[in-house]
Amino acid sequence: MNLLDIIIEPLGYGFMANALATAVTAAAVCAVLSCWLVLIGWSLMGDAVSHAVLPGVVLAYMFSVPFAIGALLFGFLAVGLIGAVRDTSRIKEDAAIGIVFSTLFALGLVLISVTPSETDLGHIIFGNLLGVSKAEVLQILILGALALAALLLWRRDFTLYAFDATHAHAIGLNPRLLGAALLGLLALTSVVALQAVGVILVVAMLIIPGATAHLLTDRFGRMLLIAPAISVACSVIGLYASYYLDTASGGMIVLVQGAVFALVYLFAPAQGLLGRRIFAAARRRRTLEMDARAPEGAGIGR
Amino acid sequence: MDAAGLTVRYGEVLALDGASLQLHPSRICGLVGMNGSGKSTLFKAIMGLVKPEAGTVRINGGTPAQARKSAAIGYVPQSEDVDWSFPVSVHDVVMMGRYGHMGFTRRPARADKLAVAEALERVELTGYAHRQIGQLSGGQKKRAFVARGIAQGASVLLLDEPFAGVDKRSEATITRLLREQAAAGAAILVSTHDLHALPALADEAVLLMQKVLMHGDPHTVLRPQNLALAFGLDVLGRNDDS
Repeated sequence: MNLLDIIIEPLGYGFMANALATAVTAAAVCAVLSCWLVLIGWSLMGDAVSHAVLPGVVLAYMFSVPFAIGALLFGFLAVGLIGAVRDTSRIKEDAAIGIVFSTLFALGLVLISVTPSETDLGHIIFGNLLGVSKAEVLQILILGALALAALLLWRRDFTLYAFDATHAHAIGLNPRLLGAALLGLLALTSVVALQAVGVILVVAMLIIPGATAHLLTDRFGRMLLIAPAISVACSVIGLYASYYLDTASGGMIVLVQGAVFALVYLFAPAQGLLGRRIFAAARRRRTLEMDARAPEGAGIGR
Repeated sequence: MDAAGLTVRYGEVLALDGASLQLHPSRICGLVGMNGSGKSTLFKAIMGLVKPEAGTVRINGGTPAQARKSAAIGYVPQSEDVDWSFPVSVHDVVMMGRYGHMGFTRRPARADKLAVAEALERVELTGYAHRQIGQLSGGQKKRAFVARGIAQGASVLLLDEPFAGVDKRSEATITRLLREQAAAGAAILVSTHDLHALPALADEAVLLMQKVLMHGDPHTVLRPQNLALAFGLDVLGRNDDS
């Protein structure tokens, strides 16, 4: 079997085509958002919101309203509760985050256990890439496109907010609104990624791509290209690997993302743990060779 | 800029207690006080970033919100408040000064690019425009943020410790730039620990200790007995810190 067959054969099954579309969409949108999350220091917040949307999604299912509405509601509820606990007690933010999101997640689990449904709501927790229907793919594509458009349209404001919220305020922007918009988009994006990797692993898609890209470039504009490129590639590789190895697709995708991060962490040219030594050594060798090759007296003019 | 009777409280802590301060166009005011004297809070109150319990701020005859909307307030943050590993270039940072003048997608127009190029030229960072912001020296970093305020065209410029961790040459450059901005009509407030350099920089000085203890000529304000008030030293030997 040649490489082309390896790639094309699984797509003959409708469920694999749907899975691929879902995985690629979720990977791209999450990765773009992750660039801001890792720079603001909102990784834990991403973890919290993506877990806390669970009861919202289950309730939305019960009342037959779009998942996105339930997710948005509970995403903001979680952020509000975290802020309230942090600001009105001696509890620090990380503890407030832990308390709020695990409690809301638990509420989601309890709601699932009492909800009679023909589709297994447990899929929301671990993801169910191979069971995504055509209608669901369409919903994911629309939501993903909306979130992506909003992120890119306001990208300069979000970047200013992440870099210097005080300056944003001083020149008449509204940092609270920008922060709220990012959190709303975080909740929306979580819904997009639920189907792909499940509530538990969404956070990986929301952190790893941005962190990986941050190690590879000093330009935010490039981060916005590198992060989704890596994330989409990881999702495709992870999905195919899960097909051929017969393993959990969501877990496989995140494993590949983690492996790529590890490689970059070690070997990135400027920021990698080993990479910067290797490149420094190569540079030294080059200069030495150039000096050796330089004809006698060439150095006098310098 | 006219701040009158500002009182700001963080929980139990009284950060400002009826502080009043006026800044005038074309003048540089040095803000002196020990850590915890409320300097940063005063900056925040002027920008409308904290809500004072009492007191008012008027800028160019309007509210702080109006001043912010017209991009009149420029702010140079303390070094500790900046994420120096953030993936932005010097050019990007200075361009952020122009955002108040742009449409909602912040796409720079010709005038914005010109203003940025000119500001970079004035702070002598043209050759560093495409460096990541963390790859500058301490003084260059400060100059980049001063350039942001210049590109913005701010009429009220607030600088929080611009001379901390800055080499002599950059200090001279920043002082010259601020004098030029003042000459062009800006009202400038600079907090600093560098008391020796203050008379050369500032037209007036303010001693802050929750309230404004003294506001006047830098030489007068910096007399030892006056500084002792602001820094809580008991030069007269009285013992009243019970």
